[in-house]
Amino acid sequence: MDYTQFLAMKQEIGLLVVFLLVFLYDTFMPKKALNGTAAFTCTIFAIFTALGFCCLFSSDVTAFSGMYSTGAVMSAIKNILNLGVLIVLIQSCKWANSEFQIMRRGEFYELLLVTLFGMYLMISARHFLLFIIGLESASLPLAAMVAFDKNRYESHEAAIKYILTAVFSSAVFMLGLSFVYGLSGSLYFDQIVSGLGNSANSAMLIVAIAFVIAGIGFKLSLVPFHLWTADVYQGAPTSVTSYLSVISKGATAFAFLVVMSQVFGQFYDKVWMWMLYALIILTITVGNLFAIRQRNMKRFLAFSSISQAGYIMLGVIAMNEVGVASLMYYVLVYIFSNLAAFGVIGAIENATGKVSMDDYNGLYKTNPRLSFAMMLAMFSLAGIPPFAGFFSKFFIFTGALHQESVAMYILVLIALINTIISLYYYLLVVKAMFIKTEEECQIANFRSSCSERLGLWITVGGIILLGIASCCYSYLLNLTQASGMMSMF
Amino acid sequence: MFDNILIYFVIIPLVMLALVGLSQNIKQIRAVAVTGSLALTGLSIFLLVDYLSLRSAGETAPMLFTDSWVWFAPLHINLSVGVDGISIAMLLLSSIILLTGSFASWTIQQPKEFFLWLILLSTGVFGFFITIDLFAMFMFYEVALIPMYLLIGVWGSGKKNYSAMKLTLMLMGGSAFLMLGLIGIYYHSAADGNLTWNLLQIAENNAISENWQLFLFPMTFVGFGVLGAMFPFHTWSPDGHESAPTAVSMLHAGVLMKLGGYGCFRVAIYLMPYAANELSWIFLILTGISVVYGAFSACVQTDLKYINAYSSVSHCGLVLFAILMLNTTAMTGAIMQMLSHGLMTALFFALIGQIYGRTHTRDIREMGGLMQIMPYLSVCYVIAGMASLGLPGLSGFVAEMTIFVGSFQHADMFHRVFTIVACCSIVITAVYILRVVGKLLFGPVQNEHHRQLTDATWWEKVSTATLIVCVAVIGCFPNFFASLIKSTFIPDIFRVLGMN
Repeated sequence: MDYTQFLAMKQEIGLLVVFLLVFLYDTFMPKKALNGTAAFTCTIFAIFTALGFCCLFSSDVTAFSGMYSTGAVMSAIKNILNLGVLIVLIQSCKWANSEFQIMRRGEFYELLLVTLFGMYLMISARHFLLFIIGLESASLPLAAMVAFDKNRYESHEAAIKYILTAVFSSAVFMLGLSFVYGLSGSLYFDQIVSGLGNSANSAMLIVAIAFVIAGIGFKLSLVPFHLWTADVYQGAPTSVTSYLSVISKGATAFAFLVVMSQVFGQFYDKVWMWMLYALIILTITVGNLFAIRQRNMKRFLAFSSISQAGYIMLGVIAMNEVGVASLMYYVLVYIFSNLAAFGVIGAIENATGKVSMDDYNGLYKTNPRLSFAMMLAMFSLAGIPPFAGFFSKFFIFTGALHQESVAMYILVLIALINTIISLYYYLLVVKAMFIKTEEECQIANFRSSCSERLGLWITVGGIILLGIASCCYSYLLNLTQASGMMSMF
Repeated sequence: MFDNILIYFVIIPLVMLALVGLSQNIKQIRAVAVTGSLALTGLSIFLLVDYLSLRSAGETAPMLFTDSWVWFAPLHINLSVGVDGISIAMLLLSSIILLTGSFASWTIQQPKEFFLWLILLSTGVFGFFITIDLFAMFMFYEVALIPMYLLIGVWGSGKKNYSAMKLTLMLMGGSAFLMLGLIGIYYHSAADGNLTWNLLQIAENNAISENWQLFLFPMTFVGFGVLGAMFPFHTWSPDGHESAPTAVSMLHAGVLMKLGGYGCFRVAIYLMPYAANELSWIFLILTGISVVYGAFSACVQTDLKYINAYSSVSHCGLVLFAILMLNTTAMTGAIMQMLSHGLMTALFFALIGQIYGRTHTRDIREMGGLMQIMPYLSVCYVIAGMASLGLPGLSGFVAEMTIFVGSFQHADMFHRVFTIVACCSIVITAVYILRVVGKLLFGPVQNEHHRQLTDATWWEKVSTATLIVCVAVIGCFPNFFASLIKSTFIPDIFRVLGMN
């Protein structure tokens, strides 16, 4: 066996090292030193993230007879996820060190790193077996994380809901795969492509693709597979919710893109474009309409994240380099914007325990900086310039319109009209904080902890800079164009 | 980058933003706002002189002071700047209104936040007028829209929550169509695959096929037309103006609504002349309705701001109406009308704000005889009214005259009828202006408490006097402005005008 193959997996191996270090630290350090677990994890994860940006791949590498593949684009999306996880880790310090979690914070970090490892595998897998291992290790530990607030009833309920849907969706996904296997005789991505050959009109193939889309659609919370989202987001601890809503979603979206383009790319316009087309319209519209009525901030962001997933899917349906680069850029921007919002919600929840939008009335009077960060997050999510969200929305629409079809123009028009609806509910939050100042604010002035402030500064900096500094997007687009992953279209 | 004069129209507001952010008290904020907007006014006058001297030296390029910096290289997005006579006129207008607006909000509550948003709004406005790259234009356009929400929501009056939300959502709805149109234009900007966002290059390539023009023209025209208060998308305007604080109404009616008209012909008509010619009749009907309907609505209102807001709908409708006539005379008139309406309506809103600040009511039924109580403000109001109904010697007359002369050059029945209908709005304007002037200023004093009210303070006088001088200057020297605008048409920038 050629052991240099393992070098291709350097990011995964690095992550395993981080995991082992955290595990050893948590297990063997004296009790006194355990107060430093959070800081220790953040530090070594920060080093790992920085290393990831330093050792980039110049060309695509495959390992283990084609089961695993990585390259510039894959490592870029992994780096983006690392950045997001780093922010989540920083933001969760206060919560992890709180009284109730103090005995279990080690587990929190370990579980989180395992799920991240699973997402890495999903992104790099070129064989469905490896893909499923990744998918499962990315979703099962998350259920434990959702249940982390042991003394809260909602947390348990959310965990049960999450694990049932996760298992169910995996089952649907694997049923689809078994059909694919039956048609093509292989689980390797490239062999499936040749094996499927001319079976475009086979009903079996249509069912198989529908099941694959549905299985992943559960993870991405695309409508109509979204029903678990709001309850789980509300019940889970805020740090877990933020992890679930950005990192898990971003990784799955990219893995979905890889599967749809590398495996089923040849059936794009014949089979699955219209399935995805309908899902996008449903997802964006339903997510937006339901978000309007929410008063709980976490449920509110749950529905907002459903509709954002719809926008991300525009990058998949575009099927070109601009679409891929825009999808990655959208995920990056979405990580920063959504984590800014969750950072504020988490800080307020940790300090006062309040999560209702009505409690935010007049927040600007008592906590001007937090309200400002929240406002920037809302503007970025709504796509208001000069914040990063505007650029990511613009580019993902540009990618989708690359095809000269009327259908795409209609799709983008629907998405654009939906941005107006989303602007309405994002502005509701701004209105609560800045305009409804008649009554006394329910949340007294408080000073958030260092880690929370650091997390917010990073995200706010990202919201302001990621768009105007054109290098991020240009870099991603150059990478995708050089990688030729869409060259067959 | 910094040797181009145009970039300072964005840099100065950004510096102002930083300085306002650092200010400790209201005096410093006032100083920053006034100095900054004076600097901007000076800069635009300097630019005007420079531009005219270049033109008289025989420069025939469609845009001067052009420059371009790469932004998003793989998508061909550049930050390209360039101006012609029309943009310079708009820059001048914006800086004057920002200056007078700063004086008009001399004693505003929460001054720091207010000026931060106000200056952010003007950054968008200035950026919009100097850029010739569709992406950058659109970005600045949206930057100018969103601060309105907070400005109206926090500092507004009346049903401010409703109005602020309605205004923001309707304008953003317009920009949704606009975004689709602009991306569509981008993908058809060149026949040889060298796609571009640059206005001048797109016009030069002339590669948008006729069918695509017929699809993209309504998108962009409606997108900008919403901001230009085109019927039936004008309903944000009266509510928004009614609730907005004084300086915001001034900037909004004075400058922001001009973004709509400017965009309509800089993007929609300039890039897609074929569709403009084919479809202009639809939009002529809509803008014709705006003109007359706005004027009639103003007649029945009792709130001073509503009267002026509907009058704005009518006057801005006239701008779009003239643009759609697609000939040089009417276009010149449209630009004159933008300038004239911008100044005059800013003057109106400043005066209304000052009267409201004293009487705490804007209902004309509860006020009267103000001429005896505050003669300075009342005289200014009469002057503004006269400008609005088109008294010769003031700006309104030259603008409307040029527009109607231009419109009447069309010999066909359809254009003639609509010109005559639009002309009627002048008479209706006289009705609502004279009704207000008579009731508000010359009638009996309605409320005895009003007798104790004082006349304008010095900063209010500065604000109104500046605007009156500008209105009179345009009215007395129309040739100067007409030639400034016409110098733009000489290098054949408006290909469309060659079509008829």
